[in-house]
Amino acid sequence: MTVESTDVLVVGSGFGGAIAAYHLAAGGARVVVLERGPWLSGKDFEHDFLLGSSYTRVFDFVAGDGMSVLSGNCVGGGSVVYFAALPRAPRFTFERHGSIGRRMWPSAINRDTLDPWYDRISEAMVVEQQTWDDVTFAGGLWAAACDHAGRTANPVPVSVDLSKCTNCNWMMAGCRFDAKRSLLFSYIPAAVSHGADIRPLHEVQRIERKDDGSYRVRYTTIDEVDYRVHTGEGAIDAKIIVLAAGAGATPVILKRSEETLGAMPHAVGRYFSGNGERLNTAVLNEDRVRDVLGLSRAGGRIAYEANQIGKGPVVANWDKLDASLPEYGRFSLEQLYFPPGLGTILAQAPGVADPAWFGPAKKRMLEQWKSWLIIFQMTEDDNEGVFGPPPPTGNAFRISQQMLGRGPLSYDPTPNTLSGWAAADAEVKDILERDGLAEVTAWTNDLVGAYTVHPLASCRIGDDPATSALDDRHELRGHPGIFVTDGSAVPGALTVNPALTIGALAERAIPGIVRAARERGVAVDYGAPVPVGVTSTPMTTGVAG
Amino acid sequence: MGSPTGDAEEIQVLTLEAYADTIIPGERRSADDRAIAGVAPGGGAVQAGALEMLNDPATGVTAGLAPLSQTLNAHATAYAAEIGLDLDGTVPPFVSLSYEHRSALIARLVAPGHPEKDGWVLLALFSYMAYDSAAHMHTTDAIAAGHPGLLSMGFGKPDDDGLWRFREHSYGRALARPHPNTTSSGSPA
Ligand SMILES: Cc1cc2nc3c(=O)[nH]c(=O)nc-3n(C[C@H](O)[C@H](O)[C@H](O)COP(=O)(O)OP(=O)(O)OC[C@H]3O[C@@H](n4cnc5c(N)ncnc54)[C@H](O)[C@@H]3O)c2cc1C
Repeated sequence: MTVESTDVLVVGSGFGGAIAAYHLAAGGARVVVLERGPWLSGKDFEHDFLLGSSYTRVFDFVAGDGMSVLSGNCVGGGSVVYFAALPRAPRFTFERHGSIGRRMWPSAINRDTLDPWYDRISEAMVVEQQTWDDVTFAGGLWAAACDHAGRTANPVPVSVDLSKCTNCNWMMAGCRFDAKRSLLFSYIPAAVSHGADIRPLHEVQRIERKDDGSYRVRYTTIDEVDYRVHTGEGAIDAKIIVLAAGAGATPVILKRSEETLGAMPHAVGRYFSGNGERLNTAVLNEDRVRDVLGLSRAGGRIAYEANQIGKGPVVANWDKLDASLPEYGRFSLEQLYFPPGLGTILAQAPGVADPAWFGPAKKRMLEQWKSWLIIFQMTEDDNEGVFGPPPPTGNAFRISQQMLGRGPLSYDPTPNTLSGWAAADAEVKDILERDGLAEVTAWTNDLVGAYTVHPLASCRIGDDPATSALDDRHELRGHPGIFVTDGSAVPGALTVNPALTIGALAERAIPGIVRAARERGVAVDYGAPVPVGVTSTPMTTGVAG
Repeated sequence: MGSPTGDAEEIQVLTLEAYADTIIPGERRSADDRAIAGVAPGGGAVQAGALEMLNDPATGVTAGLAPLSQTLNAHATAYAAEIGLDLDGTVPPFVSLSYEHRSALIARLVAPGHPEKDGWVLLALFSYMAYDSAAHMHTTDAIAAGHPGLLSMGFGKPDDDGLWRFREHSYGRALARPHPNTTSSGSPA
């Protein structure tokens, strides 16, 4: 086996990976990005539930013990499958204590010091405010219900070219119409234009330390249809490693590498947070929606029946993002759409005994599917997730040809987390069951545990070596030259969608990584502008092996 | 109807159909349909294609279907003994249970802490997916064929090019006051 070499090896091409790859390549370093998923764009993103097409190719769903994680699995990572809601985290989240009893963020970071980095990533992703004309029926209904209950409601800032959006609601399968401004439109083509070598279907398995203090990364290549099949293997030596495989995968790679790297900091694979996520499904009473909220569509015939129409979350309630409330009592509530097949099973029929997710009553609930409204709650959890021994490859034992696996994460919610979930459930009920508008139930945690699309904090930054795996420059403690820039670095739940914060932190980490690379003899500068308007069509190589 | 000691494949099909029908129940295909319990009108997971779905190797569960259906029948026999039910012997034990008992047994098998939970959850998941998303077929074909799950959920039809678009998508008016602590760019302050 020949061993290649490069200056910087980046693992994963989501927010953390793409941002690092761009800046380091633009600064003159030789950069290789290894990404386990395929490289897809536009026409590849089918409107189809068939296994082996759209969704399953670009997703990774890993069931753990008490928590399941849904993430992206493709070049562009989560940005390809996400809903592109990009709010900044509220000021108080940076002051949180969480499970460690004192401020968990590094002292150098608060909302004020992060704002300039938020500005940069917002410029690159083209984050825009939506108008009420952009707000879909589902978002409008949620806003009207909030208003009726004396609450406020905000159209959320998004990174979507609204002039191209057809409200098809296949957004999670990748945007067919190039309306979602994923990383495939910004950092990734910009990185490629500066010479970054992005290799899809390459899954990193292990990192080794070499005698000269540099690193060797071992990977396997993955079959483009059956991800259970590994088609080859290889190794690349690099002076700097940027790990950005996502909070469900980065700690697994590090734990598997302990034999060859030496002991990991205690916090690697601990303090995992699901961003406090929880989901509720409301089944609306169409007559009450018309009579109480005064809403109607198409000449007054239908009040709502629009579950299938739209684009991700467009409206959020932020009334409980109130710094004066106690920790675990703060949360946001966002309307969103989950397609059938990826969440329908977890909805519970109202008013029936457990288990309420299957059987005749659930079938009747499915018949009202057009009248569903899903509310997504982002609460403050207690960072209670812990990763067990790593599986032989990747971050899970793969079950299905694509998407589905069983992983080593365990999550046993503490009373703090449970109380946050209960408060959010009660608030949603108060808003949506008022005046008979709907019946609301929470998704069951019995089947696949809690469910998160926002994995965070499994390898977090911090000032205290006992509770953080990385220093505040994102360098892995005790392993100079290894940096982590993905969601695993975020210290805890944010009460809002996390991608903009992950991106801002990655942008903030770059000057330090450039400095470390220079100290290791890499000729690289810092100072490239954020990539804006790089290309109007996404960069793709098709599916290369 | 075959005897439970008869054709192994037939036993497996009946048993898995009964499992899928417990998850999303449907109406009987004929008067002597025993796999489907017949507790809900319209097609259920079986009519939606649960067996086709489970037999698709892409699921990763195909090799487990024989052991799972054998184990399910063993659980059904033990369950019947435990609560003093007579099994009728002309059909596999799980199929012999009433819907109420099938459901109660599955509730135990998928409950947190059950050692075989993973396998039973996968069986439920793919039974579900056959119904709620017809994931064993192209979605456009499923809709054209009147797939019972997508039809009963009211899943909308695509445009002629097989892609979905919703021109009418917004109430088009302000429906709430935004939070007073919102920045000019639309974020929480
Ligand atoms: C359905 C859905 C909707 C979402 N909606 C929103 C939203 O509206 N707003 C928001 O802020 N966030 C949203 N998110 C979350 C957001 O996508 C993530 O927070 C973000 O993408 C995380 O960035 P990251 O860099 O940590 O990791 P990722 O973006 O997950 O990137 C990690 C990459 O590493 C790759 N990888 C993993 N293991 C390996 C390996 N061993 N070798 C090589 N490559 C590997 C993965 O395939 C992936 O491409 C959503 C997520 C999902 C799944």
